[in-house]
Amino acid sequence: MRNIYLIFSKELKSYFTSPIAYVVITIFLIITGYFFYNILATFSLISFQAETNPIIARQYNLLNINESVVRPLFGNISMIMLLMMPLLTMRLFAEEKKTGTIELLLTYPVKDVEVLVGKFLACVAVFGVMLLSTITYPVLLMVLGEPEMGPIITGYLGLFLLGVAFISLGIFTSSLTENQIISATIAFGALLIFWLLSYSMLFAPPELGRLIAYISMTEHLESLAKGVLDTEDILYYINFTLLFLFLTLRSIESRRWRG
Amino acid sequence: MIEVENLTKEYGDFRAIDGITFSVEKGEILGFLGPNGAGKTTTMRILTCFFPPTSGTAKVAGFDCFTESLEVRKRIGYLPESVPLYLEMKVKDYLEFAAGLKGVDPREVDKKVTKVMGDCGIEQMAGRLIKELSKGYRQRVGLAQALVNDPEVLILDEPTIGLDPRQIIEIRKLIKELAGRRTVILSTHILPEVSMICKRVIIINRGRLVAVDTPDNLTARVQGARRVALGVRGPVEVVKERLEAIKGVKTVVIDGKREDGSMGLTVEFEKGVDPRADIPRVMVNNGWDLVEMKTQELSLEDIFIRLITKEEGMVQ
Repeated sequence: MRNIYLIFSKELKSYFTSPIAYVVITIFLIITGYFFYNILATFSLISFQAETNPIIARQYNLLNINESVVRPLFGNISMIMLLMMPLLTMRLFAEEKKTGTIELLLTYPVKDVEVLVGKFLACVAVFGVMLLSTITYPVLLMVLGEPEMGPIITGYLGLFLLGVAFISLGIFTSSLTENQIISATIAFGALLIFWLLSYSMLFAPPELGRLIAYISMTEHLESLAKGVLDTEDILYYINFTLLFLFLTLRSIESRRWRG
Repeated sequence: MIEVENLTKEYGDFRAIDGITFSVEKGEILGFLGPNGAGKTTTMRILTCFFPPTSGTAKVAGFDCFTESLEVRKRIGYLPESVPLYLEMKVKDYLEFAAGLKGVDPREVDKKVTKVMGDCGIEQMAGRLIKELSKGYRQRVGLAQALVNDPEVLILDEPTIGLDPRQIIEIRKLIKELAGRRTVILSTHILPEVSMICKRVIIINRGRLVAVDTPDNLTARVQGARRVALGVRGPVEVVKERLEAIKGVKTVVIDGKREDGSMGLTVEFEKGVDPRADIPRVMVNNGWDLVEMKTQELSLEDIFIRLITKEEGMVQ
């Protein structure tokens, strides 16, 4: 435990002493803020029009703040997360491999799994700060309107689990290479494919379609953002994370058997 | 303390080390000598449990480097050749981090870090970022992290590479002082370093063990008879004749004209005799000028080259 804590706090410090964490969080907030503003502005425009136009007023969903603001906002946040998370994870192992510090770290009396968990948790902590700072958006909504709290909470849970899954994949690609750009590129590509898988559901045979729907990352976030708390979705993210952490561990260990 | 048996490591088709066997006694300082790419770093990486050998065994303090790697890693201090440090960390923070990971008791971390910074002469750098330090100071920080858990075994991969001459002398002195009762393996391709620090030398070349001995014995082993180079002003043929007449002289070779105009000659003695004192006497008695007389002793460099070329000759 002490080793995990030592690595965790060292990694966390280096996120904040090098400006990586500040830059990523700032850009993340600027873009999500921009989306939030536009979604909210559109929503208020429609609401004004509904006062005079009975046809719009009858479309219940359009005037539901959860459906028209919170859900699209979560969708946008998750998309921006996809773009930002590989930038947080790319250095975790790649940098140590490049500078050679991994050689010292792995010859200390520390287990590989402790190194991995320490680094993983540090990245999760940075991501936690990043996600937590978006809490101003729902707080603003509560000041302006009366959104339902349930879907907001499950939506945040979904975003958190999704981000953690992104991190595990990012750490894995970081452990494959000593080049941070390659690490980030592979992570982007892999995440995008997991993201866009649901497109092929349209024409895939039904059996395959169900499989694709299960593997696709978007499908699981959708139901959580609607406020549906299904263990299947939660397990999906947990399994995804564990799988890639396991693969990372194997990748670190591969130095022992690779020629 | 360290036992290496029949160690072999292959990278794909390339055999980096090939059946190396040696052992190091407790408290010994062993020099690991070889040209670049000879397999020094590979051997050290196996000993520090960074990766396992393809075949053969390596044991440190009775623990196997592959099956009991955590036990081995608790007992060693390692400084890799490139001195990889976390550049964005402060010296003291870094050493505390290293001490913690190396299992130093949390209550003693502060004490040990302060002590090791004192030993390595980096107290005044405690609050500086490592990236601001010069190469020499980084090397000291690297040594400090290796020593911070007071390890029984110290493994240093080319600890003086890339330093200026003054720093090299300082680091060597430091290693000698800090070695204490520790067992030390030190790799280098700078030969005087070995004769200065090490009690025993292992020479490897192309992954094979070429020689294991003390620096003095190695010198004695390779060196045949003693030779003397002369600079003489006089009739060279006659000089040669007279020199050959001295008892104990084996051969005299005329090297040709030297820069100062005198003639150069190389005199080789028979083994076990030393007729050096007779040479000036012969010169003076004949009225010739003896401008220079220099004993040619084999340096460790020559031994090294000889051992390696001998080995390569055998291979071909």
